[in-house]
Amino acid sequence: MSKRLNALYGWLLILPAVSLLAAFTHLPAVMTLLASVHSTPRGTRPPHFVGLDNYRDMMADPIFWQSLWNNLIYALATIPVSVALALTMALLVNRSFPGRSLARLAFFTPTVLPMIAVANIWLFFYTPDYGLLDRLVGFLGMAHHNWLGERGTALWALIAVAIWKESGFFMIFYLAALQQIPATLREAAALEGAGPWTCFRRVTLPLLMPTTLFVLINALINAFRMVDHVVVMTRGGPDNATSLLLFHIFEVGFRFWDSAYAATLTVVLVTILSLVAALKFHFLDSRTHYR
Amino acid sequence: MSGLGRSSPIGPAMAGLAAWLLAALWLLPMAFALWTAFHPSAFAAHFDPTAPLTLENFSRAWEAAPFARYFLNTSLLVAGVMAGQMILCTLAAYGFARFPFPGAGLVFALVLMQLMIMPDLLLVENYRTIKALGLIDSIAGIGLPYVASAFGIFLLRQTFKGIPRELDDAARIEGCGPLGVLWRVYIPLARPTYVAYGLVSVSYHWNNFLWPLIITNSVSTRPLTVGLSVFAATDQGIDWSVISAATLMTAAPLLIAFLAFQRQFVNSFLRAGIR
Repeated sequence: MSKRLNALYGWLLILPAVSLLAAFTHLPAVMTLLASVHSTPRGTRPPHFVGLDNYRDMMADPIFWQSLWNNLIYALATIPVSVALALTMALLVNRSFPGRSLARLAFFTPTVLPMIAVANIWLFFYTPDYGLLDRLVGFLGMAHHNWLGERGTALWALIAVAIWKESGFFMIFYLAALQQIPATLREAAALEGAGPWTCFRRVTLPLLMPTTLFVLINALINAFRMVDHVVVMTRGGPDNATSLLLFHIFEVGFRFWDSAYAATLTVVLVTILSLVAALKFHFLDSRTHYR
Repeated sequence: MSGLGRSSPIGPAMAGLAAWLLAALWLLPMAFALWTAFHPSAFAAHFDPTAPLTLENFSRAWEAAPFARYFLNTSLLVAGVMAGQMILCTLAAYGFARFPFPGAGLVFALVLMQLMIMPDLLLVENYRTIKALGLIDSIAGIGLPYVASAFGIFLLRQTFKGIPRELDDAARIEGCGPLGVLWRVYIPLARPTYVAYGLVSVSYHWNNFLWPLIITNSVSTRPLTVGLSVFAATDQGIDWSVISAATLMTAAPLLIAFLAFQRQFVNSFLRAGIR
């Protein structure tokens, strides 16, 4: 087949997918940027250019700062804990003991559940007085608590849900990586007189680095992408204590129908995720030995 | 396995115990939901081992909201999205893998951008597009933004690239055109990738919530997740037994499939994740 015919086939084959992809990813990304420097169309008034006004409004919007801050705390708490737990789980179920497959199942099952189902389950778990958590706390002689209704605990309650849902997902990547480490490496280390802890720190952990990076990046993306539980469990409350960035966008865009301001907020979110992407290309793609 | 076991920094008995404790902790919320769903409301938060088991909460939930319709909607959505993805991603992956054209590298890089900036982040603009297409409150409207999936294209392209050229050439000598080769050689050999991608796609769209919540506003289009949230938020007050039953019901098909095909699921998620 001639080169030109080949190229034509190439274009024709990718055309349907690429045009749809452009229509729902690239085009809206550009349109979002444009919308962020225009006003929201109201009634018969078309949008007009307003420069950086929306960004100035954003800087003065306390809920934006609160959501950004919440999201930061949410990410900084969820990521290390779920990654550490994932590694612990993987190490625990990587050895044989009675009930191993059951334990693995217990860790992984939350991953398969819809976040909305998880949110319902935990909503009940957190119910004041009636829920299991309050009953456990009461059993230990501590005061009852409105876990999702108080500023001090609401965000942490959501963080716990995210950790519960994600750890098992990350565990499978660690498990796969652990199983690829040749036993001879550890045997060699043991022959050299390394104890189990040294062996873990000096042999296993470094070999798991690519997996850790991969999992960290994924956790970071999820921390900014997943807000289903916020919608169901707290609606951003109390007093915006659990509003995350994407949730704030959702509220501004579809409760207040302020599309220009929602676009402005989206630009911030996409910028954050692009930074994560840049990190990913920098660290991950140059160092993993998966491919 | 014994070699691996020794590497863990904790003693074997302690590790077994720790695994059990952590697993029990992990099961607690689910066990609580199961208990509540299968016992009468009076025992919702009252753990009496003699409490009678019942399926009444499930039948009450089933009658209280159009769950049958929600199940149908979700099934249509999941099947439609997957069918669309399989076709479009197969064609595109084949194009990228075997028909080099000028600019292919750049286009592929642009495609990969979607891995980071998913359609459900650009809520407002995509809502506008769907509205312009007249697809608000339709199942097609929920699925359309996901049909062209960078992830699927990437996964299949990798697989197609690993298929030896000789097979391709042999089929061509037999008289197959480009699509014939795709159909006879590439697709059959990529089966494991299709299974992996299919499972990930089904789980994603069965569980997806925010975008369908925005796009749908009637019973005839709402998928299960949105139906469940509407049901739990308004219809029930706080009858946790019924809500727990409904929650389990919506997650059940996927959960049962997962329990039956655990290994495939885990492998699919692994394949899908390592990209």
